This record gives sequence, structure tokens and C-alpha cells, in this order.
Amino acid sequence: MTKTYEEINEKIKKGKAVVVTAEEIIDIVEKKGLEKAAKEVDIVTTATFGPMCSSGAYLNFGHAKPKVKSGGGTAYLNDVPAYTGFAAVDIYIGATGCQKDDPLNKVHPGDFKYGGGHVIEDLVSGKDVALEVEAYGTDCYPRKSLKTWINIKDLNEAVLFNPRNCYQNYNVAVNKSKKAIYTYMGTLRPNLGNANYCSAGQLSPLLNDPLYKTIGIGSRILLGGGEGYIVWQGTQHNPGAPRTPNGVTKRPAGTLALLGDLKGMSSKWLKGVSFVGYGVSLNVGIALPIPILNEEIFKYTTVRDRDIVAAVVDYSEVYPQGKPDVLGEVNYEQLKSGHIEVEGKKVPTSGISSYSRAIELANILKDKIKKGEFELTKPVAPLPGPDSGIKFKPLKERPIEYK
Amino acid sequence: MADKSRRIVLTFPKDLVDKPIVYKLIREHNLVFNILKASITPQEEGLMVLELKGEARDVDGGTEYLKKQGVKIQPLSKDIVVDWSRCTQCGACVAQCPTGALFIKDRKTMTVDFDSDKCIACELCIKPCPVRCIEVKY
Repeated sequence: MTKTYEEINEKIKKGKAVVVTAEEIIDIVEKKGLEKAAKEVDIVTTATFGPMCSSGAYLNFGHAKPKVKSGGGTAYLNDVPAYTGFAAVDIYIGATGCQKDDPLNKVHPGDFKYGGGHVIEDLVSGKDVALEVEAYGTDCYPRKSLKTWINIKDLNEAVLFNPRNCYQNYNVAVNKSKKAIYTYMGTLRPNLGNANYCSAGQLSPLLNDPLYKTIGIGSRILLGGGEGYIVWQGTQHNPGAPRTPNGVTKRPAGTLALLGDLKGMSSKWLKGVSFVGYGVSLNVGIALPIPILNEEIFKYTTVRDRDIVAAVVDYSEVYPQGKPDVLGEVNYEQLKSGHIEVEGKKVPTSGISSYSRAIELANILKDKIKKGEFELTKPVAPLPGPDSGIKFKPLKERPIEYK
Repeated sequence: MADKSRRIVLTFPKDLVDKPIVYKLIREHNLVFNILKASITPQEEGLMVLELKGEARDVDGGTEYLKKQGVKIQPLSKDIVVDWSRCTQCGACVAQCPTGALFIKDRKTMTVDFDSDKCIACELCIKPCPVRCIEVKY
């Protein structure tokens, strides 16, 4: 059994494509068997909705009269710094930027009520955002300051461009110390008080195509509720991470760099989030279609929570010190049951990524494809796979000695 | 006579802060009490979250007594509010909640729900919520 992208797109155009979510496929295979189901199903949709810190948007806010050049100067959006090292009126707002008067962690744990992720959410939801630019002034860009309200509808371009999203699996975070710790994996209570995980498990995009046989550069996806594309592998892409015999990675592994028009997105699927004591981030909703080109690709999409294992990592010592130790492995069926066992102790679990929103998003993509509103694209290049030799390296520190 | 338990939020105006109201409440109305939270604000208003237990007649009588003293009473269940329009259903609050008031309603879809009867307004859920959709209202 083989199908091509062209054949699948023909079916989409005719409204005849058979599309199911990566969760629904599990029951279908159970009833019909792998071979029969593989022939019938054309596309399996996957999705995830969780905090993804390496996210941001570039904006072109248009030229004022007289003109101002933010490049080399500073720019703030609702008091959150944006990067200005581009041409005159291009800026980039990152998800984790904090407001200039934020007390941060001066009184620990800090609140981090508002930051870059929230600016992006406000822009997408059509709210006015305050832009403040300080510049040094040139003959061609004489103005030295600009304070104005801006709105996404008036911007020339607003493009979400995320260097790292959609992690293929993630750690389960716990705290073995005697005091509460505040991390990007949430608040971790002392003495293994809770365990937080962050993956959509059986619905997660890269766990359904673990060897990147269909997901590649140029794949069209749903990003933040609008249309987007995979433009590269994400930063820290680590395809050589250990895998189970069925190819599923047991540690954080592959990642995706994603891009899409912010103007077509929705604040339901791009939400500013605050992690007490840690900082701000952006919850990003991503849905990704997997074309069933052959039975092997199909088989990968039938992965279920109990087949996906993740490492339990101590965030009080092992993670911050960059040590390799893990406290054990658990699967997502156990994580979603509400408790796992760590070192003989029953530990309550919490998700940081929203599984119920992932189901909703996988169904939105399914419906779009069924209605003929979303066609698949064939990748123009594959993502580096396990044999690429690409590794996630730590920093080799070389102290600078001043003479 | 049946036992009754009631969780209430008491606001003491400035002139009542130094009076032994809770002492009299317990002594004269034969009630068992559990202080869940107590504070005095800079303007010297007192705030106390109490659980009262006893015979129904005594719980009602005690509540009446407090009202007569000028103490403002609100049922506790109204005080923790979840803004479901902002909630992303991640579940980060669930493992923080010591009483299971915030819980996973359905393990297949992992949807989160809130049972106000189980809530003791400890506020452990407030800050760990990434979208800050849980609020305390007194």
C-alpha cells in the first residue's frame, strides 16, 4: 500500500479524504487491524498546546513622519523590550521578555504577570499596544523618539517566527530538595511533592512521526490557529536521543522552527503565560497533518500513551547543574492517571501542556482538511534524522582573560 | 439533631477587631471551629476564614450571633473563582490542590473542573496557574 501527496490532495479537493486524529486512530486500528486501517485512512492529525519559550514575532510598524530608525536604538511594546538590530522599523518581540519595571525575582518568587508572550496575545486579539522607540538620529532618520499606539491591523507585517517549538517528548520534572522550587515546568513542591510533565503524548506531532518521514521543511501546519509552515529544524534539535524499539524518543529530541502570518492567528491559540518565580512565556497551539503514504508511516501514528516513556528529572539539582542522572522512566498512561511512583513514593502528576486543547486542535485541523480548506504540502527537504550526526551540545566555556 | 458544618469568610470592621467575638461564638454556641486563614489588613480590618461544626441549631445560632455583632459573613464557596474563558485546561493547578477541589474530571480528555465544596481557599493554586485564571474574591 502506497499513496502520494498528490493522490491525497486530490481526495481532499473532492471532499473524500479520510481524516482521523492521532487519538481516534488507536481505537480504529484495534477494531480493524493495521493493514485494513492503513488502506482506509489518508491523513492522521496531531496537535499540541503548551508553553514554548523560543517563540516570538517580527513586526514592521511602518515609517513615521519624520522618520525614526529603531535599529541601534531601543524599542518597547507595552514596556517589554523588543529587539531592534534590524532595518529602521523592523523589530522582534520575544515571548520571554519582561516589562522594564518588573521586579523580576527581587522578591522571590516573582509574579511575572506580563511579558512578551502577553504582548503577542494582545496584538493577536486586536488590542492597541504602546510602542516606544528611542533612537540616536541620523540625517535620513532624524527623529530621536516615538511614542504611539499601534494595532496589528495597521502593521505592514506581523509574522510569528518561533526558533524552537513542538519538542518531541519532554522531561517529567520533580523536586527532591526540602524547599519549593519555581521552574519553567511549574511550581515543584519539596520532597517529591508533585511531578509535572509537558507533552501531548499520543497526540504530539513528532511522537507520531518519530523518524521525520513526512514532517519536514515546508510542511504546512496550523500555527496559533492560523496557517503556518515548518521552516527548519528547531534549535537544540537532537535526533540522536535514545529511542524505544518503535523509534519513539525517550528524552527531549527533535524540535521545529515555525513561521506563520500572525494576522491570521487567534488569541485562543497564542496565550501569554506566567510561571511564578521563573518568567513569562507563550502557549502555542500547533496542529500537524501526517499523510499516510505507506503502512510504516501509518504504524508510527498508532503510538499510544503507554508506549511513550519520559525521564523523571530532579529540577532542584540535576537539571540546573546539567547532570545526566534520571530518577527513572514513566509512560504517559501513568502520567495521565494522576500519580506516578518515584523512588518508592506515590507522587501526584500535573500536565503543563493542555491535552484537552490538543484534542480540540487536532479536530479543528481534521475538519478543515475534510472540508477541503487545508491541503498538504510535500516537504522540500527532510529534517535531520537520527543518522545525521547532529547533537545537542553543551557550551564549552572558555574564560576570557584580559591582559 | 443533625450535625452541620459551614465554611464562612468573616470580615471584622475596625471597631470589632479587638473584641473577643470568636471566643464567645465558640463558648456560647457550643461549636467546634477550624481557622483556615486569618489576617488583619493595614487599615485594621480583620479577615477570617472559619469552618464551624456542630449541631445545625448551634451553627445557625452562631451565624446569627456574628451578624448581630456587625461582622460581615460570606459563604466561603463563593470566594475562589475560576475564569473558564481564560483557562487552557492544562491541569497545572491539580497537583497543587491539597483537597482535590481542582481535579481532572475525565482522564480520557484530561479536562479540569472545580468543586467549590471541597475548596478551603488555601490559595496554593493561584500563582502556579500559568494563565492566572484563578482568583480569590473576599
